[in-house]
Amino acid sequence: MHAEEKLTYETWPAEPEKSTLEAKNKFLGFWLFLGGETVLFASLFATYLALKDKVPNPGEAALAKDLFELPLTFVATMLLLTSSLTSVYAMYQMKNFQFKKMMLWLGITVLLGLGFLGLEVYEFNHYVHEYHHTFTSSAFGSAFYTLVGFHGGHVTFGLAWILTLMIRNAKRGLNLYNAPKFYVASLYWHFIDVVWVFIFTVVYLMGMVG
Amino acid sequence: MANQQTNSGNPRVDLEYRRRKSAEEMRYQVVSFSLMIFLTLVAFAAVAMKGSAWFTVPFIILLAFVQVVFQLYYFMHMSHKGHEAPSLFLYSGLFVGLITVLTFMTIVWW
Repeated sequence: MHAEEKLTYETWPAEPEKSTLEAKNKFLGFWLFLGGETVLFASLFATYLALKDKVPNPGEAALAKDLFELPLTFVATMLLLTSSLTSVYAMYQMKNFQFKKMMLWLGITVLLGLGFLGLEVYEFNHYVHEYHHTFTSSAFGSAFYTLVGFHGGHVTFGLAWILTLMIRNAKRGLNLYNAPKFYVASLYWHFIDVVWVFIFTVVYLMGMVG
Repeated sequence: MANQQTNSGNPRVDLEYRRRKSAEEMRYQVVSFSLMIFLTLVAFAAVAMKGSAWFTVPFIILLAFVQVVFQLYYFMHMSHKGHEAPSLFLYSGLFVGLITVLTFMTIVWW
C-alpha cells in the first residue's frame, strides 16, 4: 500500500498507522523519542526530589505542604486522564475509517487539554502572588517550576500539534499519509498523561504527605 | 494484532470480524480507564486520610506504577504485536531514569 492511495471503509487496512514504510519509520522513531523523553523527565524528577523544600529561609518561605491543595490537583488529574480516554476513542474511530468522529473526539481531547492548561496557569499565578514561590525564590522553586512547567510545555506543544493536524487535514479525510500522523500525536498525548501520573504522585501527593 | 491472521477469503467477513475485534478492544480500554480513575481516587483518598507517611508514600508510588502500566499497555497499545522495539526503547529509558533518581537521592541525602 502507498500513502496516496484512495481508500474506502472496505479497503482501509487493520493497522493504518503501520501500513506504509514511512509510517513504520515514524512509529519506530517516535518510540525512540519517547524513550529519550523518559530519561529527560526522570532527570527533572531526580532534581526535584533532591531539592524539594530546599529554601534559603525555612520558616518563612512556603514549603510543598503549604502550597499544594488536593481539590485543584484532583480536577487537573481528572481532566488529563479523561483526555487520554477521548484520544483513545479518536484512534478507535481512525481505525474504523470514521474521519468525522475521529475529529470530534480529537476536538474533545483538545478542550480537556486546554482546561488542564488553564488550571495550571491559575495555579502558578496563585503560588507566585499568594506565597511568593517563584522560579528564582529558592532551589525548591526552580526545581518545581522546571519539572511541572516542562510538563505544561509538553501539554501546550501537544495541543498545538493536534490542532495543527486537525486544521491541516480538515478537508482531506483519512488516508495512509495522515493516519500515522494522528496516531503518533495520540501516542504523544498519552505519554504526557503518563508523566502527569508521576507528577501528581511524586510532586503533589507526596508533597502533601510531607 | 490478532486480527492480522484472519483470512477467510471473504473480505466482508474479515471486515466484520475486525470491527467486532476493535469494538471489543475499545470496551477493554473503557474498563482500564475506569480502573485508572479508581486507582487515582484511592491514591488521593490515601493522602486525604493523613495516615503514616511510611505507608502512604510507597503505597501511592505503587499505584502510580500500576496506572502507568495500564496507560502503556492499553492506551498506547504496547500489548499489541510489533511492539518489541518500543518496549526496548521505553524500558531502557525507564532503567536509565530510575538509576538517575537513585543516584541523585543517594548523592544528595547520604
